[in-house]
Amino acid sequence: MRWIWIDKFEKFEVNVAAVALKNVSLAEDHLHDHFPGFPVMPASLMIEGMAQTSGILVGAAREFKEKVILAKIGKASFVRLVRPGEQLVYAAKIVNVTEQGAAIEGTITVRTMVAGQRVELPVGQIDMMFSHIDNNMAGTKFPEFNFVFNSQFMDLFETYRRELNIELPA
Amino acid sequence: MPMTKDEVFAKVKEVLTTALAVDDDEVTPEARLSEDLGAESIDYLDITFQLEKAFGIKIPKGELIPENLFTNPEFVQNGKMTPAGLAELKSKMSFADLSKFEADPDINKFRDIFTVDTLVAYVMTKVNA
Repeated sequence: MRWIWIDKFEKFEVNVAAVALKNVSLAEDHLHDHFPGFPVMPASLMIEGMAQTSGILVGAAREFKEKVILAKIGKASFVRLVRPGEQLVYAAKIVNVTEQGAAIEGTITVRTMVAGQRVELPVGQIDMMFSHIDNNMAGTKFPEFNFVFNSQFMDLFETYRRELNIELPA
Repeated sequence: MPMTKDEVFAKVKEVLTTALAVDDDEVTPEARLSEDLGAESIDYLDITFQLEKAFGIKIPKGELIPENLFTNPEFVQNGKMTPAGLAELKSKMSFADLSKFEADPDINKFRDIFTVDTLVAYVMTKVNA
């Protein structure tokens, strides 16, 4: 399977914030085990979705030259269960980006129907930090090529770069 | 904006309890960030960011945690910091109490320099500049 937990970028402001969407679908195998008879989007995969949204945002801030690795989850709190047929909205905001790494504040909401009305409801909040590993981990040598921003992510980014007119810093 | 040592300590404590997910009473002046409070390298970056925000200061790379000390053969020999290395360290970290490290300059014990007190002393130089 492809390990991509976001479907589309709705907003992308380089160095500032990004919003990505993820449709929760019963075609996802794990939902049948989580849980049998009551499918629910696992929180761990929502954290991953937020990490992917944020990681690409952090990467773009330095033209995808860094190997951006999720290094710390400061806080992850959830207030609502998310079901198949609903749409997750991952909103990531850059708190800080430096040569060494970045800090992100994330908010997750869900677009769904309640009593026949379309609503967007709070799901959770996640604070996370990324490390630019080439500039840290003193002494450890990593492969030259950027194994973080592989073709899957770059294709996704490229698709929305044109649509959303995303311009990378010069 | 000038602050007293107690005021700085109180705010540093808040930053550390948040960043390191430790209890208030674990954050004593002598507590070592890595050894006693479990800080890992990403936590040092988190702490730097949060100190900048809490105190409205800028912490340039290398100012709190000096760089390029261990890669220089004049400064480190046989796993110990040389007198030249110690002199360089002292000039870069004039705010810190380096007496324990000077007594046993084993580079594996370098992290022990970073106690809560060391952070407080550093912040004091920035807010009372």
